Amino acid sequence: MKMSPLDRVLLLLTGLLAAYQVAVGINGLGAVPITAYTIGFGVLLVAGLLLIILGFDVLDSPIVVIVSTIIPLSLSLGLVWEHLAAWRTPYLLFVLGGFLAIVLTRSLPLKGKLPTLVLAVVHGVAGMVIFLLPSVLAAQGVTRPGFALVGLGGALIGLGGLLLSFLKAGKPILPRTTILRILPALLLLMTAAFVAGFALA
Amino acid sequence: MTEHFPKTHPRRSILQRVRLYLPLIKTLQTGLLLATGLAGYLSAHTGSAPLVLLGLAGSLFLAISGSTVLNMWYDRDIDAVMNRTHHRPIADGRVSPNEALRLGLILSVLGVGWAVAMSPLYGLIVFAGLFFDVVVYTLWLKRRTCWSIVWGGISGGMPVLAGRVLATGQIDLVGILLTMAVLFWIPTHILTFSMRFFDDYRAARIPTFPSTYGFETTRAVIALSAIIAAASIGVAGVMIGVQAGFLRLMAVLSAGLLLLSFATVFRPSERVNYSLFKYASLYMLASMILLAI
Repeated sequence: MKMSPLDRVLLLLTGLLAAYQVAVGINGLGAVPITAYTIGFGVLLVAGLLLIILGFDVLDSPIVVIVSTIIPLSLSLGLVWEHLAAWRTPYLLFVLGGFLAIVLTRSLPLKGKLPTLVLAVVHGVAGMVIFLLPSVLAAQGVTRPGFALVGLGGALIGLGGLLLSFLKAGKPILPRTTILRILPALLLLMTAAFVAGFALA
Repeated sequence: MTEHFPKTHPRRSILQRVRLYLPLIKTLQTGLLLATGLAGYLSAHTGSAPLVLLGLAGSLFLAISGSTVLNMWYDRDIDAVMNRTHHRPIADGRVSPNEALRLGLILSVLGVGWAVAMSPLYGLIVFAGLFFDVVVYTLWLKRRTCWSIVWGGISGGMPVLAGRVLATGQIDLVGILLTMAVLFWIPTHILTFSMRFFDDYRAARIPTFPSTYGFETTRAVIALSAIIAAASIGVAGVMIGVQAGFLRLMAVLSAGLLLLSFATVFRPSERVNYSLFKYASLYMLASMILLAI
């Protein structure tokens, strides 16, 4: 499917927002959250640029499944590190183990449901962390209400990640053309929600 | 060289001439080099006087445009046999060689003259860029050795050095690092280009890295160059005192460049090659903006 000029504009805005977040939006945080958010938004930025350059064909690359996992894993790690001190080490181990499991199940010629199961568990947990943690913290008044927007971003990234990952895994939830049609807007909304949420926290 | 151009051209309006001349100065390439020159100046954070900035932009634009026109004038026979370039105004006869030569010389003299008037050292560096590009790269080495791109690269690094020198009044380590960054960025751009248009260059009998050393070696050179370019920009950024957030952003963009460069080595394909070619330009522009802020 050919990328329209509007798609390119939306992806460019996504890239600019991600660049802003890396450069300005995470200043003043600790070393681990900064690193985690830099990786998450950085991957989003570079992926957006490559989408603009190469069009939707780049999504045919087998590396997309792995890349689309890095974003939720790194963002959720940053959130846990900032707000759930007791879970830092276990969650770090989950992130590293989950990423390794996805790389291995995508690289080795495995049959059966294991690769899909690993993908669903890792994406599901990371997505739930990004969705629930900011929402709960905002609801409890621990952070400002605007931080709940990060949760909205989490819901959108979870949706986008699952759509892309299952498409790549050969078990699409929606038709490919539908996914590609909504993807640029979904990426922009997601990034805008993250940027606004962090700014309003 | 085979001369098969019409001797005379009908009189044209100024607008028609501008339209014809614009492709002669390769606006995107000239714009990118101009951006490096402005970034070199602004990276010194000495306070930007509007007149000096105008002089810098004007003199660099004229000198870079002049050298590009002279390059295109000399290479018109090559351009005529390459699919990618045979429609250029000199190659297809819309602009006569003499007219192009006059234009190139006028732009070059104006550009270098303006630069010398602003500052002798700045003018010398602008002249060096023009000399390396026109005489060493185009006239002397381009048709003899694939290593000519080193001189093309040095020439490409002169605008950023010139801008830095105009601001600081001297050639400092940051200026040299910025020049190195452009010099080593150029292979990621030009070598991917020479792989993409391999047949064109072979038809024109221009020695390139892919035709001399093969694609595998060329890809390795691209990856190595990208590492050095990214490292040079990073170190220059730290020395300039770029804010931590912008350094993070530079690191992200550099990581993208390195990943694509390594992808050309370990997973070579036309798609990866093309994306590196495009990404490299974006990378350089973005890096220069970050250094200038």
